[in-house]
Order: sequence, then C-alpha cells, then structure tokens
Amino acid sequence: MSSFSVTEPTKRTKWFAGTMVIVYALITMLPLAWIMMTGFKSPADAISYPPKVVFEPTLEGYVNLFTTRTRQTDEFLAANPPETWYEEIVREYDMVIAGPSKFGERFLNSVIIGFGSTFLSIVLGTLAAYAFSRFKIPLADDLLFFILSTRMMPPIAVAIPIFLMYRQLGLSDTHLGMILLYTAVNISLAVWLLKGFIDEIPREYEEAALIDGYTRFQAFYKVVLPQAATGIASTAIFCLIFAWNEYAFAVLLTSGTAQTAPPFIPTIIGVGGLDWPAVAAGATIFLLPVMIFTILLRKHLLRGITFGAVRK
Amino acid sequence: MAEVILKNLSKSFGDQIGVEDISMTIPDGAFVVLLGPTGAGKTTTLRLISGLEKADRGEVWIGGRNVANETPAQRDVAMVFQQYSLYPHLTVRENLAFPLKSPILNTPADEITAKVDEVARVLQISHKLDNKATALSGGEMQRVSIGRALVREPSIYLMDEPLSSLDAKLRTDLRVELKRIQASLGATLLYVTHDQIEAMTMATHVGVLNDGHLVQFGTPREIYENPNSLYVASRLGLPRINVLPADVFGGVPAGTTQIGLRPEHIQQGEGQEAQVQRVEHLGDQNRLHLTLRGHPLITIADPATDYAAGTTLKVSPRNPLCFDADGNRIR
Repeated sequence: MSSFSVTEPTKRTKWFAGTMVIVYALITMLPLAWIMMTGFKSPADAISYPPKVVFEPTLEGYVNLFTTRTRQTDEFLAANPPETWYEEIVREYDMVIAGPSKFGERFLNSVIIGFGSTFLSIVLGTLAAYAFSRFKIPLADDLLFFILSTRMMPPIAVAIPIFLMYRQLGLSDTHLGMILLYTAVNISLAVWLLKGFIDEIPREYEEAALIDGYTRFQAFYKVVLPQAATGIASTAIFCLIFAWNEYAFAVLLTSGTAQTAPPFIPTIIGVGGLDWPAVAAGATIFLLPVMIFTILLRKHLLRGITFGAVRK
Repeated sequence: MAEVILKNLSKSFGDQIGVEDISMTIPDGAFVVLLGPTGAGKTTTLRLISGLEKADRGEVWIGGRNVANETPAQRDVAMVFQQYSLYPHLTVRENLAFPLKSPILNTPADEITAKVDEVARVLQISHKLDNKATALSGGEMQRVSIGRALVREPSIYLMDEPLSSLDAKLRTDLRVELKRIQASLGATLLYVTHDQIEAMTMATHVGVLNDGHLVQFGTPREIYENPNSLYVASRLGLPRINVLPADVFGGVPAGTTQIGLRPEHIQQGEGQEAQVQRVEHLGDQNRLHLTLRGHPLITIADPATDYAAGTTLKVSPRNPLCFDADGNRIR
C-alpha cells in the first residue's frame, strides 16, 4: 500500500483528468478535423447529406486552390493529353489548367502582414513596456489607461474613419497600411502584457549590469530581454493570432495587391457555386503557420500564460 | 584604486530621508565599514556612490573627479548587492565574465578565463563554473556575486551585506579571505553590514549611521572605546553595552544622566550587590545576567567561575562612559 501524498495525484484523479483532457480535445478538434477532411473530398462528397465520414480522398481541392482552370473543346483535349497528375485531375471535368491562382500571393501577403505587424508590435510594445515599468513617466497611469482604452470598443467600429484616412493617405490596399493597422490594434495588448512581465524582472539585474560597465540600452538588451523572452513569446503569439485571422478590415481595406488570405479563401468559386474542398484546403494551409509558430514557442508559452505567477 | 570623498551628500525619497548631509573621506586602500540599523541610509550611500541614485545635494568625488554627471559604468565601481543579483540566464562562468566583457573593459578572452578561474578558486566555486546561476545554493550565489566584483579592479568596491546570507563557517572563511584580498590588492572598499564582528575584524575605518546621518567616523577601536553617543556605543560590542541611571554608582561628571558600561568593564568582588539571574556557558567565557537594584545587567566571567542563579555578588564599574539625557557623551 502506498502512502498518501500531497503532491502526487491519485490514480483515480489521473484517470479522471486524462479523460477530461481527451474529451475536451475531441470537442475542440472536431471542426478542425472536419475542415481537413473536407479538403480531401470531392465536391460531391463535400456537400453530400448525410455527411460522409468515409470517402475516397482526392487532391482535387488542393489543385483547385492553387490553379485557375478553363473549359476546353473536345478536340483540344484530345490533341493535348495531360502531362502531370494535377492536369489529370482537372481533365475529369473536361478542363485544363490556365495558370496559378492568386492563393499563393494572398498567403504571402498574410505572412508579410501578420508577421510584420507582430514584429512591430513586439518591438514597440517591449520598449514602451520597459519605459513604463522602469522610468518615472509623468501621468504614466493615465497614459496606460489611454493605451488600454483603444481596445474598449470593437476595432471595426472605427472602420469608416480609417477607410477614409487610408484612402487619403494612399495606404489602402498596401502592406504597410495593413501592418500599421494591425500594429495599432495589437500594441495596447502588447504593452500591457509585456509591462506585467517586465515588472516581474527585478531591477537589481539591470543595476548590476549598469555597474558592470554596460549602458542602459545594453543592460536592457543583454539582461532584460533574455528574461522577458517568455513574455515576449506569449505576447507574440497573441498578436500573430489576431493579425493572422483578422477578416473585417482585410475585406474593407484590401482588394488586390495587399489582400490577405482570410478574405480571399471564401471567394474561391468552383463549378456551379462555392468550391468547398478548395476552401477547406485553403483553410487547412492557412492554419499551419500559426500552429508551427505556436509549437516553436510552446516551451515559453506554457510558462508565459501563467503571467509570471511562477518565477524561475 | 582611488580615494573616494563624499561632500554633504543628501538624498530623500519623498518625505523619507535616505541620507542627510553625509561627508566622509574613504582613503585610498581603506576598508571602510558602514554600520547602522535597517533604514539608516547605508544602502542609499552605496547607491549614491555607484550612481544608481542621483543625489539631491552634495558631491561624490572618485579618484579626484566629481562624478556627478557620470553613469555607473563610467564611475568604475564594482558592487555586490544584498540580494545576490546573478544574471539567471547565464552560467556561473558567464556571470563572472560579464563585467570583463563590458564595452568599457573589453578584456581579451584568455585574460577573462584566467581571471575567472582565479576568482572562482579563491571563492571555492570552481566546480560550479558551468552551472546555471539559478542552480546554486544561496551561499554559492552570494560567492558568485562577490566574485563578479572581484574579477575587476575598480576604483572602489561597494559591498552591501555580502556575507549576511551565508552560514557561519563560510562567513568566517570569507571574512578572512575578503580581508586578505583587499589587503593584497590595496583595494578601496566600502562595506555595509550590521554584523559588528565583520566591522571590528575587517575595517580600517568604521562609519556609524543613524537616520541618514553619519554620527561617527573613525577606526574600529576609536568607535568602540570612545563613542561620542550612546547610540554609537550600542552599535558595537557583544553583549551590548549596559545602560544604567547615573545615580546607581555615583561619582560621575555633572550633567550625566546615564552611564554605559561594557560587559568587560564591570568588576566583580566589591561595590554594589547584584543578583545572578541566569548564567550562559559559552565555552570560552560565562555570561552573567544580573539584576542591580532592579536594573538588568550583563557581564562576562571566567569560564572557571561557578556562579549559580540566585547567588549575590558585588560589582563596580570600571571606565564608565557618561552620557547626558539626549545620549550625547560627556567627557
């Protein structure tokens, strides 16, 4: 018989906790699994009722996502046999590939704008948070409240003034415009989160570095930043998720060169209506960067979401 | 190494006085100990010299220059903090090398290795050099923290109770070691403590602080034998100096309201009758807790003496220190 332990959970507790985690994971992952499955269905399977769980997988959705296609005459089709596997897929519908779709560009736009604004939010947010945390700033509390107040209404409430300003400034449908916009929305979150993390770092470390022969900025860079890594990582993930998934402003302010993936994906039109497998394929690919980013920073995030409650 | 001069240094934090009008000369190569209770301004004095705090009034001169407009880095001081503030993301070796790698010193790599190894050996942390700083015990952290100062040769070393978190044996070892290092380097050192043994054994000069004021500055012997106030007298000496009303023994200068009697300045054998309350056997000496006409009194006796609680013995003062009602010395 084992003795009772305060720190070790009992077998029954472990079993219960494990079950809860699995049930929760199943519930939250079901929609994701459904999207991923739909990406490999044929258009007919995708909209069949009752929904098909077992189906014959096809890459049609992915081919349609990355290409534009045109219908051709029978003579043309007979004269030009398909050369690649993806042309073969398209041939089933008597079509040929006319060229690449805009998905690649739109996806790249999302990467540039999402990561660009995350980077900018973190740089500005860290510097501002450090200043608020360490220096005597006149009206610091009011300024912090003002920064937070930018989040007190839904950002889209100011869509029309921003739309007009952007048109005037020539920022509509530009990468810079979208990066600035998402940074403006994220910066309040970044400043507040990061200030909390930096407050937790004892000043003695910097003071020691100042005396050890370093300037204030070098002390910040060499001593504060490494210790704020956890906070920076978790803040970066929050910022990226917002910028990556943002839809409303992207619809309103971008249409061509700077359009991101979210407004683009639902516009993928197939034969006779929305091409659900292609949309699902786009959504699947769209999920990957945030997932990879989060997995890469997972180690920091786990400690980060406790908001510095546990140190060392 | 350099001489450090403080001129009328004042600093307050809001309504709270940090230090008030402190003037002091720390001679080149001196080991100066600042004594005083918590809140007396010891740490503030160190921070003002290092440049971590800006003085409200007064000047700090290091090696002949007024350092008012210099950053902590430019002042060329090394400091050991009370909370050993090791850089937690670095190893012990990297912590020790950190000041040497600074843009100001920019030491060559082989020299860094040599110095770090040397300091680690002196402080007995060689076997821990490749550990993360956070993977050390409190005593080891504090030794690394001292080491981070000792790798440098600054104008002055500032140490804020560096030994207070160590166990008794290590504290004694390091006390001796620190004094040896200071003497061999000819280093100027300003050292804050409230441990009077550290003050008496290491200091060439002692400064006693009270509520932000420097109340006496002198050699440890001067401070001990010739304190200028009851406050200073009670800072040094263990057991603490006994304070009695002047009329208990009589024969004191006019104006004296109380006398201070160090435990070793109470003669046994003749004089007033006192009752033994308790005897503490310390091995090398016995401490006697007495009551003399209702006043508690502590004195020391030869370990061979065999007093028991309840016995009566006669005591008389030798070299009493006389103080007036405000605690100022009357000579």
